[in-house]
Amino acid sequence: MIGEPPSTNGVHPDARSSRLRADHVRLAYDEHVVVQELDLAIPDGQITVIVGPNACGKSTLLRALARLLKPSSGEVILDGELIHRLPTKEVARRLGLLPQTPIAPQGILVVDLVARGRTPHQRLFQQWSDEDERAVRAALTATDTMDLADRPVDELSGGQRQRVWIAMALAQETGLLLLDEPTTFLDIAHQVEILDLVDRLNHEEGRTVVLVLHDLNLACRYAHNLVAMVDGRIHGVGAPEEIITNDTVEEVFGLPCVVVPDPLSGTPMIVPHDTRASARTDPARTERS
Amino acid sequence: MTTLERSVEVESGDLASSELPLRGHVIRLRGFSVRLDLRAVAVCAVVGMITVAVGLWSISVGDFPIPISDVIATLLGNPTEDSEFIVGTLRLPRVLVGVGVGAAFGMSGAIFQALVRNPLGSPDIIGFNSGAALGAVTMIVVVGGSSFQVSVGALAGGVIAALLVYLLAWKRGIQAYRLVLVGIGVGFAITAVIDYMVTRAEINDVQRAAVWLTGSLNGRSWDEVRIVWLALLVLGPLAILMQRALDRLDLGDDTAAALGVRVSPSKLALVLVGVALAALGVAAAGPIAFVAFVSGPIARRLVNTPRAAVVPAAFVGALVVVVADLAARRVLAPTELPVGIMTALIGAPYLLWLLTRQARTGAL
Repeated sequence: MIGEPPSTNGVHPDARSSRLRADHVRLAYDEHVVVQELDLAIPDGQITVIVGPNACGKSTLLRALARLLKPSSGEVILDGELIHRLPTKEVARRLGLLPQTPIAPQGILVVDLVARGRTPHQRLFQQWSDEDERAVRAALTATDTMDLADRPVDELSGGQRQRVWIAMALAQETGLLLLDEPTTFLDIAHQVEILDLVDRLNHEEGRTVVLVLHDLNLACRYAHNLVAMVDGRIHGVGAPEEIITNDTVEEVFGLPCVVVPDPLSGTPMIVPHDTRASARTDPARTERS
Repeated sequence: MTTLERSVEVESGDLASSELPLRGHVIRLRGFSVRLDLRAVAVCAVVGMITVAVGLWSISVGDFPIPISDVIATLLGNPTEDSEFIVGTLRLPRVLVGVGVGAAFGMSGAIFQALVRNPLGSPDIIGFNSGAALGAVTMIVVVGGSSFQVSVGALAGGVIAALLVYLLAWKRGIQAYRLVLVGIGVGFAITAVIDYMVTRAEINDVQRAAVWLTGSLNGRSWDEVRIVWLALLVLGPLAILMQRALDRLDLGDDTAAALGVRVSPSKLALVLVGVALAALGVAAAGPIAFVAFVSGPIARRLVNTPRAAVVPAAFVGALVVVVADLAARRVLAPTELPVGIMTALIGAPYLLWLLTRQARTGAL
């Protein structure tokens, strides 16, 4: 491996380069194949959002990218090396992952949970360095959870808890950050709050972020690079404006809709057809047929 | 700069300079640093001192009482005429086995309860101790059973029982409630096999096996002291080293892996160390009921920590066994009860309470 910093936050000068990519991966649980022959490169320094219907293999793909699932064929490449040949700890210094439903030990304090993010940088007899202290402080500050530091995680609201989990992943100080549905179970205001945080991490610290999201409109607003998946395959990759059209949404989600520009950001916004019985004479529908 | 901006800056400056409210005290020496939970250290010290006091008392009382001063003198190497035999050969090994077995069970219980994420996941509930007992009884009945043979038998039995429970409970990974239910079932099956073996065995072997099966410190010699303390000496430090991985695994497998923990090897190592501790405890004193089961939760409550309290559980386990054995010897004196009956008196009500609570909250 030449010329790749092991764990930096720096934006790559060449925006098209990819530290992380999947080559022809086939992913399966036991005999059940979830993803077939998939190729995907994660552009450095950008926010990539993976969208798709339930059970299309988004989370499975994310787990494979993070080395949690070994492909039954094909390879995941991190910094030019086969990710499954790298030691777990080495991967953890370059790439952070927040699973969909992480478990907080009962009674653990926010600061102790965030401090666990330092694990890959610690050794048996180097359990707490100045560097650890600085990183935890920075993570708490970035996620605006410093005030919660001495509170038990159990007592926090959903939005606060999600910020704390993200803080733990931040304390890991990896250039690549993978978040599996970080906005699930949150109300709309907290969803926006979390995504703004993600955007800030990308914009100000240059971290490469990969997200799995359910909300298409938010995905379009925050993604630089959108990946639409269906049935374990990639339907399209690119800027949201290129990917999200009436036809793709119908093909990927089976949802007839009209895509209009978001009145605020100008990014694509999906308006589903009104399929209620009482709305049979919906103008958009009439026009379409 | 506006006033508002300035006040914001001052505020964040305050936060940046204040101490992080991290749990544990950081001890630094050159490039090395260790985070030590002072409350855990205090709990261990206090529980340890009480254990020593109860142990000395236990050596002093009996059919042939020996004054505490003579006990201490004997331990320091100045025995009186009577005390040498009674302390050195009869009562000291008994107390040492009790302390060692309690510590081994306590650690094993704390490890498994954390791995299974459920207090019911302790080795005496989920059949591992029964497996070790079967291995040991087999050795006693079939080959006569020197203390070494009994240890090997117990170890093999414990590991096989653990394997069996994990294999039967495996369904795309391990779920706590499945493991606990399968473990209880396997435990019953093993107990049935032990009963069968006992009915078919020589009467002398049966007597030996029966006393041993309830968990007893009666007639323990320096052989058993050696087994259990050697086990602690080797496995104890391993358990302490693996506490870090155990704490990370508590966040869920995926999160632990994302933090750089090698999930499967770590789990396997923890299971092996936990089973070996429990099995060698069984080899020395029989499957003393509920010690592993109660020590972890008591230790965790005392230290008030979200982590698995592996080391404090060892101290609590030692105290539980020493107190229970003293009670077992004195309650119906001169008749001596097996210590397992006393620990069952503490453990059974706790088990019932836990079962009703978990049934109500749907945790099981």
